[in-house]
Amino acid sequence: MADLEAFRADVRRWLQDNAPASMSTPLTNPDDVCWGGRKTKYPDDVRRWLAVMAERGWTAPTWPREYGGGGLSKQEAKVLAEEMAKLHLRTPLTGFGLSMIGPLLLQEGSEELKREHLPKIVRGEIRWCQGYSEPGSGSDLASLQTKAVRDGDEFVLNGQKVWTSYADKSDWMFILVRTDFEAAKHAGITFLLMDLEAPGVTVRPIKLISGSSPFCETFLSDVRVPVRNVVGKVNGGWLLAKALLGHERTMIADVFKERDDARRLVALARKHVGESGGRVADAVVRDRIAQVEMDQACLDLTLDRARDNAKAGHKPGPESSIFKLYGTELNQRRRALMMDILGPQGLGWEGAGFEDRELKVTRDWLRSRGNTIEGGTSEIQLNIIAKRVLGLPD
Amino acid sequence: MDLVLSEEQELLQQTAREFVAGRSSLKRLRGLREGDDDGFSRALWQEMGRLGWLGIVLPVEHGGLGLGYRDLMVVMEELGRGLMPEPMLASVLLGANALLLGGTPAQQADHLPAVAAGERLLALAFQETAGRYRPHHVTTCAKAAGTGWLVSGEKAHVLDGHVADHLLVAARTAGETDDAQGVTLFLVPRDTAGVTIERQSRVDGRNAAIVRLQDVRVARDAVVGEVDRGSALLGRVLDRATTALTAEMLGSMLAAFEMTVDYLKTRLQFGVLIGTFQALKHRAARMFVETELARSAVMHAHRVLDEGRDDAAIARAASLAKARCSDAFLLIGDEAVQMHGGIGMTDEHDIGFFLKRARAAAVTFGDAAHHRDRIAALDGY
Repeated sequence: MADLEAFRADVRRWLQDNAPASMSTPLTNPDDVCWGGRKTKYPDDVRRWLAVMAERGWTAPTWPREYGGGGLSKQEAKVLAEEMAKLHLRTPLTGFGLSMIGPLLLQEGSEELKREHLPKIVRGEIRWCQGYSEPGSGSDLASLQTKAVRDGDEFVLNGQKVWTSYADKSDWMFILVRTDFEAAKHAGITFLLMDLEAPGVTVRPIKLISGSSPFCETFLSDVRVPVRNVVGKVNGGWLLAKALLGHERTMIADVFKERDDARRLVALARKHVGESGGRVADAVVRDRIAQVEMDQACLDLTLDRARDNAKAGHKPGPESSIFKLYGTELNQRRRALMMDILGPQGLGWEGAGFEDRELKVTRDWLRSRGNTIEGGTSEIQLNIIAKRVLGLPD
Repeated sequence: MDLVLSEEQELLQQTAREFVAGRSSLKRLRGLREGDDDGFSRALWQEMGRLGWLGIVLPVEHGGLGLGYRDLMVVMEELGRGLMPEPMLASVLLGANALLLGGTPAQQADHLPAVAAGERLLALAFQETAGRYRPHHVTTCAKAAGTGWLVSGEKAHVLDGHVADHLLVAARTAGETDDAQGVTLFLVPRDTAGVTIERQSRVDGRNAAIVRLQDVRVARDAVVGEVDRGSALLGRVLDRATTALTAEMLGSMLAAFEMTVDYLKTRLQFGVLIGTFQALKHRAARMFVETELARSAVMHAHRVLDEGRDDAAIARAASLAKARCSDAFLLIGDEAVQMHGGIGMTDEHDIGFFLKRARAAAVTFGDAAHHRDRIAALDGY
């Protein structure tokens, strides 16, 4: 414990000495979130902050030092997170490299792949995206048809991926391809790492109903990928993909919550619905706010409980499906409630007569409709719970 | 404190589960419902006393085990699985807690060991017919008379009031009907002149009574807590009882849910198990999610009590759990009957007992909407 406290003091001093002052201020623009990669120019302080943190491996605090990570124990990483929170420091780097493909490579990747990719993820040099869904394979992901044919030391890829988040801003993609068309659909899928600069890759953003384009279509025409870029075994990709999906679902549950949402809801209601005796004037709106906040509290407690269970050495259950299902529906209810509270002020698309934060509520509401579709629809999560937890028959 | 059970709590859970499965059955409840005796088993109650369960949260010096609310939670959940009607809430969580939190050392020494042993029953007469969920709605009045008090009025929904040896009565000693200030708690032996107790018959088969007091003379030392300041004490007692009730509700909703899932796996229609239908699978999965969220809220509320947090934190956590469990148990009660189909509507089948209990438990100590409004008020909106 004494060591940990000494570590804490060191960490605090180092953070105070090395973090640019502007990195302690709240994010004003989502573009200031650092996802790394070669295609995006970040403000100077964002780049500096990334560089000093990556130098110590503290963008990936618990990864082994030999792959560029911080080599910290879980307790030390917790101390680092706590000290960063105390100084209100921004996360120096985020993205699918740190949260998805990196952890998978640590577990399942060959030594060669780890040495090649993990240090670049830690330094934020390479931004990753995920190539799972296809036009004909949404909920039924395992029916995917993107073809990879072996040619010497390479696979030749042909097909189309869709809903590839930020593919236009990414450098590499982890991708599911079909390597065996004879086998059962789950048994012919391989997990590959693909350079998006490779000849034959075309990326096109998709405009959503919210007006933004976080997703892309990715077309593959005779794209050559070295066989050594297979993660796990050829035809053994489905299990890896499923494990990653579980991870993604937990992330989705957490990611849409903005920390000041409770105060924002109440402040919006006071402004647009009015006050009476210090309380939000409309009892129905009040009840709906309380419902959303209390549901959020119960979901947060359930996330805590899952972590406590894991810490106590209990096997993880299918919690990720619960979190995905409930977290996304809750986010939709929250966004819809905000729209109800705004009333006519929620009708703006852009320009005169609407404040920026009102326009943001409208866009966020539209965006939230995708939450129950991406990463496995709500219906798929319900199927998973019915089958794996309740053991209901097929 | 983490949201996991300790090894000791897991053992206690196992013991309680076996006890409930071996000693109580829904068949027993039918017998109690039809009979005109006490509506619960005194023999079983005393056995629970010998196991120490009635004194889990009572201090060792008063015959309790001196354990925490999370230990109590484990037992309450199992009692809930069996829908057991024994007077845990009335005698221990409401009655004994009022004395523990507000009573004099003499009152505590007199009553708590007897309650923990299962030899004496208490009840808390705090509600009145027109009060809905406002515990400050007190028209029953107590006037100073000589060295003591004269109490008159009518209390309703007094849980297990029909068998209580002593009643804790909330009466107004100052102020207007709905004022928080001016409420005082009095400890009244049931055989005091002027007390009449009429048993109520309730939808869930649980036991409650109307308590009428006509010029009931009580001594000065019958006051529990401070004169005129009973509301705060009442609030602290009710938050503890509410928390324990949510554990019981969790057990009951889980039992109803498991019965329903079993039914989906055994009932054939159109030549297949009805559990193969996606329309039912998805609803069953949503019920499961509700039970998981309810469990988190229930464990949290008990943890907050064990951590000795302030009254506002305890109130918040109790309301969070109660709103959640009220909604979840009602949903599961409704869905359980629906998924059982015609047989679920018959008195012969057990599932209806859970639907009825869901409704009664949801209303006890305030329904979901009441607790949401309470949280909104606590959070300043």
